[in-house]
Amino acid sequence: MTVLTQDAPQILGDRQSNARLLMGALVVMLCITSMASLAVGASGTSLWQSLLDLAMGRDLSLRDRVVLWDIRAPRTFMGILVGAALAMSGAVMQGLFRNPLADPGIVGVSSGAGLGAIMAIVLGGLLPAAITNQIGFYLVPLAAFFGGWASTMLLYRVSTRKGRTSVATMLLAGIALGALTGALSGILVYIADDAQLRDLTFWGMGSLAGATWAKLFAAAPLMFLSMAVAPFLARSLNGLALGEAAASHIGIPVQRMKNIAILTVAGATGAAVAVSGGIGFVGIVVPHLLRLMVGPDHRYLLINSGLLGAALLLMADVVSRTIIAPAELPIGIVTAVLGGPFFLWILLRQRGILDL
Amino acid sequence: MMNAQDITVAYGSREILHGVSFSAKPGQVTAIVGPNGSGKTTLLRALTGDLPYTGQAVLNGIDIATAKPWDLAAMRGVLPQATPLAFPFTVAEVVRLGLQRGLEAQETSLISRALARVDLGEFAGRLYQELSGGEQQRVQLARVLAQVWHPVSEDQPHWLFLDEPVSSLDIGHQLQIMQIARDYADQGGGVIAVMHDLNLTAMFADCVALVADGHILEQDSPNTVFRNDLLSHAYKCNLRVNTPPATGAYLLPHAASMAAE
Repeated sequence: MTVLTQDAPQILGDRQSNARLLMGALVVMLCITSMASLAVGASGTSLWQSLLDLAMGRDLSLRDRVVLWDIRAPRTFMGILVGAALAMSGAVMQGLFRNPLADPGIVGVSSGAGLGAIMAIVLGGLLPAAITNQIGFYLVPLAAFFGGWASTMLLYRVSTRKGRTSVATMLLAGIALGALTGALSGILVYIADDAQLRDLTFWGMGSLAGATWAKLFAAAPLMFLSMAVAPFLARSLNGLALGEAAASHIGIPVQRMKNIAILTVAGATGAAVAVSGGIGFVGIVVPHLLRLMVGPDHRYLLINSGLLGAALLLMADVVSRTIIAPAELPIGIVTAVLGGPFFLWILLRQRGILDL
Repeated sequence: MMNAQDITVAYGSREILHGVSFSAKPGQVTAIVGPNGSGKTTLLRALTGDLPYTGQAVLNGIDIATAKPWDLAAMRGVLPQATPLAFPFTVAEVVRLGLQRGLEAQETSLISRALARVDLGEFAGRLYQELSGGEQQRVQLARVLAQVWHPVSEDQPHWLFLDEPVSSLDIGHQLQIMQIARDYADQGGGVIAVMHDLNLTAMFADCVALVADGHILEQDSPNTVFRNDLLSHAYKCNLRVNTPPATGAYLLPHAASMAAE
């Protein structure tokens, strides 16, 4: 379809039309996984039977309506948003740090966001009522955003010198950052009261299980905003691959785009962490697979990452819901089991290039 | 016109360039030469806006220090010494990075013309990271050429800033790249190049700025600047310039023991 609209002959080494075809395929894939996510569950409610009933003008039973509309639908949408947000922030972050191993989960951005969320849950009561009334249920996502932003900024400052990012410094700084935020989070958990502890436990399971419409609406604006901004960074991230000086030579306002990229990563990661706890490795697996398939052009990589991230997270969620049914495996375990070895594989493959 | 007045650059408390003045005209290849650590690359990086400096640098009437990056990018391309890439781009994709907005319609033809210009037409589909250093350097030159393809546009000259463009190349490609710079200048564009090879400089440059210890000792035509005493003083070794009428100036290094006689 896209080939017909291109009048210029395609040059060898131009993977744009492949990337566009892949985008179409990923949209189809996301639709199928979304339907699967709506159809699968412990209750035995059948999506197809219910759709058929609706189409015939019959009313659903209360039970089926609750299962589909209040349990599965928010979970599916949450999976789409969180998967897309995590994969896109991974792609933006890798472009910003100019290396394929940067991932919000691995280098401590997620734990920074987690610290923000925990602070909001435990210390939120200390804020003046005037503030908590104003921002209400946006407090946790906003705090996670600020936590993620602060740790991304810190990480970038530490690991980048004269426009070059050291991979080793970045990974080590990420470990230090993760340890520090983990310790602070531990202190907060220690001083939390029983009600807060229950909130924390539900929040920190790294799962989509607690998805509700209210949670979704609290986090969605921040995620939507960040993901809507990200594609506008594509040209700049492409240029940044040449290094900061060369990016500026081809006309990119480097400092400004770096600030926007950091805000985007913090917004998408922070909101995702705020509603789903720590789900790791989506941000590193997805962009890497896409680069292998159609190359690193961010004009396609960012959007394709969002689509594939959403589809993969939904699939992982379906697995986590069914593999030990009627019990549930936290989705964080599923993504870690798949993503951990993948990360090691990338590390080994890139060892020569990354000078590790 | 490139005009720089009283440029001073310091890294921390150490001053690298001490108030130098430099100019370059469109239609000419202007070379910056000098020994290692003399400040020639620092001068180029100040002129491309990469380093903070005091003094004033103006390109085509626009102040470098306050210009927007996209305005500068529309009229000058910069070739760095080496450009490692973070991600597995193909050669064609690297060249496309240089294209400025509004050229999407001619994208394909510009990329293939730029690649053909540096003799890499067959390489479009190869991965950049798998090329040799010299080939990568030529791909980067193609990217820079794609950025400012027309030497003159709307009565404004365009500029190539080249930082040691031929250092990693074999002699055949050294001549080829210098010829590209020469042609660009002959068609009305400006070229400013940091050079190590004084013989290539004598062969291709119209104007030479000789830098030593953070000062420009002299800026003039190669035949004027390349004198035994001046070069020997700048490079702190004995050099002899030969000027056969048929070929123009070429240089021979003179071993210290021979010169002592």
